[in-house]
Amino acid sequence: MSMLRPFVAHDATLRSRTRWWADAIVLAAVAVLFWLLVRVSHEVSAPLPPRTAASMVSTDPANLPYYALRSLARMFAALAVSTLFAFVYATAAARLRRAEKVLLPLLDVLQSVPVLAFLSVTLTVWLTLFPGSVLGVECAAVFAIFTSQAWNMTFAFHQSLVTQPRELDEAARVLRLTRWQRFWKLDVPSGTIPLVWNGMMSFGGGWFFLVASEVISVNNNTYALPGIGSYVAAAAEQEQVGRILLAIGVMIIMVIGVNVLFWRPLTAWAERFRTEDTAATEVQRSLTLNLLRRSALPALVGRGLRPIGRLLDTVTRPLGMAEQPLQVNPTRRRVGDIVFGAVVIAAIGVGVWQMLAYVSRGAGLGEFANAFVLGLATMARVVVLVVIGSVVWVPIGVWIGTNPKITRYAQPVVQVLASFPANFLFPFATLLLIKTGVSLDIGGIILMSLGAQWYILFNVIAGASAIPSDLREVAAHLRMGRWLRWRTLIGLAIFSAWITGGITAAGGAWNASIVAEVVSYGNTTLTATGLGAYIAQSTAEGNFVRTLVGVTVMTIYVVGINRLFWRRLHRLAESRYSQT
Amino acid sequence: MATHSLLARTGPQSALIDVDHVSMSFASAHGTTLPVLDDVSLTLHEGEIVALLGKSGSGKSTLLRTIAGLIAPTSGQVHYRGTRLNGANPGVAMVFQSFALMPWLTVQDNVELGLRARGVSAEERREAALAAIDLIGLDGFETAYPKELSGGMRQRVGFARALVLQPDALLMDEPFSALDVLTAENLRNELMTLLAQPDFPTKSVCIVTHNIEEAVLLADRVLVLGSNPGRIKAEVGVRIPRPRDRRSPTFEAMVDQLYGILTDRAGQSTADKVATPGPLTHPLPAASVGGLAGLIEIVHAHNGQTDLPDLADELSFDVDDLLPLVDAAQMLGLLDIDGAQAFLTDVGTEWYTADIQGSKEIFARLAVGRAPLVGTVVTALEHSEGGSLLDDFFRDLLRVGYNAEDIEKQLDIAIDWGRYGELFDYDADSGELILSEVAAGLVPLLCAGDEAAPTDRT
Repeated sequence: MSMLRPFVAHDATLRSRTRWWADAIVLAAVAVLFWLLVRVSHEVSAPLPPRTAASMVSTDPANLPYYALRSLARMFAALAVSTLFAFVYATAAARLRRAEKVLLPLLDVLQSVPVLAFLSVTLTVWLTLFPGSVLGVECAAVFAIFTSQAWNMTFAFHQSLVTQPRELDEAARVLRLTRWQRFWKLDVPSGTIPLVWNGMMSFGGGWFFLVASEVISVNNNTYALPGIGSYVAAAAEQEQVGRILLAIGVMIIMVIGVNVLFWRPLTAWAERFRTEDTAATEVQRSLTLNLLRRSALPALVGRGLRPIGRLLDTVTRPLGMAEQPLQVNPTRRRVGDIVFGAVVIAAIGVGVWQMLAYVSRGAGLGEFANAFVLGLATMARVVVLVVIGSVVWVPIGVWIGTNPKITRYAQPVVQVLASFPANFLFPFATLLLIKTGVSLDIGGIILMSLGAQWYILFNVIAGASAIPSDLREVAAHLRMGRWLRWRTLIGLAIFSAWITGGITAAGGAWNASIVAEVVSYGNTTLTATGLGAYIAQSTAEGNFVRTLVGVTVMTIYVVGINRLFWRRLHRLAESRYSQT
Repeated sequence: MATHSLLARTGPQSALIDVDHVSMSFASAHGTTLPVLDDVSLTLHEGEIVALLGKSGSGKSTLLRTIAGLIAPTSGQVHYRGTRLNGANPGVAMVFQSFALMPWLTVQDNVELGLRARGVSAEERREAALAAIDLIGLDGFETAYPKELSGGMRQRVGFARALVLQPDALLMDEPFSALDVLTAENLRNELMTLLAQPDFPTKSVCIVTHNIEEAVLLADRVLVLGSNPGRIKAEVGVRIPRPRDRRSPTFEAMVDQLYGILTDRAGQSTADKVATPGPLTHPLPAASVGGLAGLIEIVHAHNGQTDLPDLADELSFDVDDLLPLVDAAQMLGLLDIDGAQAFLTDVGTEWYTADIQGSKEIFARLAVGRAPLVGTVVTALEHSEGGSLLDDFFRDLLRVGYNAEDIEKQLDIAIDWGRYGELFDYDADSGELILSEVAAGLVPLLCAGDEAAPTDRT
C-alpha cells in the first residue's frame, strides 16, 4: 500500500461541474427517497417487530476472536455488494445517455449524505424486511458499511469507463465484441486499478461505520450484533477499560492482517491491468501474492471456472453487440429527452410536496428551521476542526512528505491510522471529558477530530512528496528563506492536496457528529447541542419525521459547503497552481 | 506474382465499401459547427489498395473511422456491400497507429478476441490464432503480454488480430508511423509479401498515411485530402509495377507530383485565394521560431534552393513534421515554394545573416505584415487603451472558426512569434497581452500588406 497516492474520496465532488439548481433538484430527490423509505417501513409495520437481537453482547475475552470474524465477514459482504453496485451503476451511467443525467448528480449528492444518516433512515426498512430474525439488523450494518464504500468505488469505476483509451474502445467495437465480452475484456480490466485502490481506501474508512452500526438504538430499542464494535460498546458500558484495550489490540491486528493478506496482494495483482500510458510510480510487491502465484491453486480454480465462463459467454450473446446505433432520429431523441425530463421533475415535485405535507403533519415545518440552527453549531465544530487540523498537520505533513527517509518509516504507522476506527477511542475520550468536566459542546470537536484530522495529514504528505525534488533543490540553492519557500513553492504545491484532505476531513467530521455529539461511558451520557445529536436522538426515540428533517438538513449543509467553499478553492487550485 | 493475389488483380472489380457524399462537422464552443470533412465520396473496390494521404487536420483518420462504422457522418452515407452502416462495419478489420492491444491479454488472447466475438469454438479459435501468429512471424510469443514486446512486435500482433478475422477490407490508420524507420520499413515489406500471396483472403486494403513514399510504395490509388475542411483534392493512380523501387525515376516523379499536390496552395479552395488573408482563413502554421530558423539555415546551406522531399528524407522527417515549417516560412516570405522546390528569398537570407537584434526586427516586420493573427493582435492592441488586452478577447474572435484546442494552438503560436519579434508581451497569470514600443512603429505596415516584404528569389 502506498500512501503517496492521495486519498481520492472527494475528488469527484470537487471536479463535478453541475449547476446549483441541478444540485437543488437532486437534493430534493434524495430527501424524497428517504421519505419514501421511512413511509414504506411505517406502512408495513405499525409496531416495530419484537426485539430480535440482544441489546448487549458478552464481554468475555474468549468471545473476541469469534466477534472479530463476524465483523470481518460484514466488512467483506459490504465490499462485495459495493463492487457489484459499482459495476451496475457506473456502467448504466456511462452507457445510457439519459440515465447518466440522473445517475451522476444523484451519486454526487449521495456521496455527501452522512453515512450514518443512511443507517438512521433505512434501519426500519431492514427490520421490517426480515421480521423475527437477526438478519434485519445484520443487513442494516452491512448496508451502513456499503454506503461508506459504494459511492467512491462507483465514481472511480465510472471515471475509468469514460476515460477509457479511445483506441481500445474503437478496437473493441471494430472487433464486434458482445456487451458481456466488452465488459469483462475491456471495461473491468481497465477499471480494476482505480476500483481496487478506491475499494482499499473505502474499506479502511468502513471500519468506523462497522463499529458504529453494530449497536443500534432505534425506537427505544437497542440491538447489538455479535461483533468487535458491540464488544467495545458493552465494555464501555460496564466500564472495563482493560477489555477495551484488548479489543483495540485485536482491531489493530485485524487492520494489519487484512492489509497484508488481502489488499497488498490485490493491489500487486492489479498491476497487470495497467495501461501503458499510466506508468506505475512504484512497483507493488506482495509476499502473499508470490506465494499464491507459486501454488497450483489459482490455475486449478481457473480451470474449474472455465466452463461457467464459456456458458455465460454464450448465454449473454442475445444481449447484443456493445454498440450504439450510428443513426439517430434527432427529433425523436429530443422529444424523448423532454418527456423524460418532465416525468423526472414532476415525480420529484410531487414527492417534495408529499414529503412536506408529511413533515408538517408530524412535527411542523418549523422543525426545518430548528434543525438549521442546530446545524450551525455542528458546522462551527467542523470549521474549528479543519482550521486547527490544518494548522497542526500541514507543517508536519510537509516535513514528512519532503523527507523520503521519514516517509518510509511513517508509512506503516499512517497505514494503521488510516484504517483504525476512531470510535474505539471514544470511551477514553468520554472518560476524560467526564473527569475534567469539559462540556461535550467543546469536547465534541476532539471526538470528531479523532478520525477526521488524519485525512489532512495523509493528503498533505502525498502532495508534499509529489513536489519534484529539482524544484526543492532550486529553492535550497537560491537560499530562499522559509517564508519565501512556502509562498513560492511548498504552499502552492500542496494547495490542492490540502483541499482534497480538507473536504474529506470535513465530510468525515459531519459523519462523526452523529456518534460524537451523544456519547456515554458507564451510566453517564453526555450530549452536545448540534445536528448530529438531533439525528441520533430522534432515531433512538423512533421519531422518523425529525430523523428525516435532520438528515435532509445535514445533507444540505454538506452539499452547500462543498459547492460554496471547497469547489471554488479547487477551481482556483486547478487553474493557477497545477504543476503541469 | 500469382494470379489470385490481391496485388495482381486488375480491371474493374465490384465495390466493397461506398462512401457517398459524406460530410462531418463537430459542434464548436460558440454553437457554430466546425467542418472536418466536406462532401467526400469514394469507393473501395475488391482487389485494390487505396491510400488516403493528407496533412494533419485533413480529416483522414475521421474518414477511416466513418468507413469502419465507428462514427456517424453528419450527412451522407456509408454502405458495405449495399447495406447502410448502422454500427461497426462487419466486413472490416482495423490496424491502429497506437496498436490498441488489450494490455491485460496475452498475444494469443488478443488475437483470439475477434473470433471470440464471433462465437467461434475454443479449438477453432486456437488453431486460427496460432496460424495467424505464425504467418506474421510471432511464434514463440503466444504467451507474452504486449508490454513485454517492442513496438514492431506489438504492431505484428495488431496485424495478426486483424488478419485472423479474414476481413473483406483491411483498414490501417497510420500503422507504421509509431515505429522507428527501420522497423517500419521491415514490417511494410513483410505486409506487402503477405498481400502478394495467392488466395490471400483479404480483398481490399485502405491505408491512412501522411507519408508520401509509403503511399506510393503500397497503393494502387492515392487519394490526396486537402485541409480545413478535409476533402478529396486529387486522385492519383499508381501504375508502377511491383515490387516498387524507391530509387526508380518513375517512383521519384510520383513522389514529387504528390508533394506538389499536397503543398500546392492553388489546389486549395478558390475562396481561400480571393479572400484577404485573415486569422480565420489563414491559420498560423504550427511552427516555432527556432524551428523556422533551423529550416532557413538548412536551405541556406543548400545554396538557397532545395527539393523538399529530398530534404525530408535527408532529415528523416515525415511530411507532417516538415510542412508546418515550410508553410510558416512561406507565409512569412522567407521561402518561395514552387511545387516541391523551395527557394530562399532575399528577406530570408537577410533574416538568416542578421545579428540577433537585426533578425528580431526583420521577423517583427514580417510577422506583422504577413502573419494574419499576429497582425490582428498588434492592431487590436494599438487601438486599445493602454495597449493591453485580455487573451480572452482574441479567444472570442477566433471562436467563430476554430475549436477550443485549435484556438489555444493559434494563440500560442501568435504569442511565440510576437514575443520573439518583441511586438508584444504576454502575462500568463493575468492573461494580458501588452504592446511593446517596437510594434507601434510597425503599424503602418499593416495596411501595406504583402508589399512590405519583398519576395524575390535569390
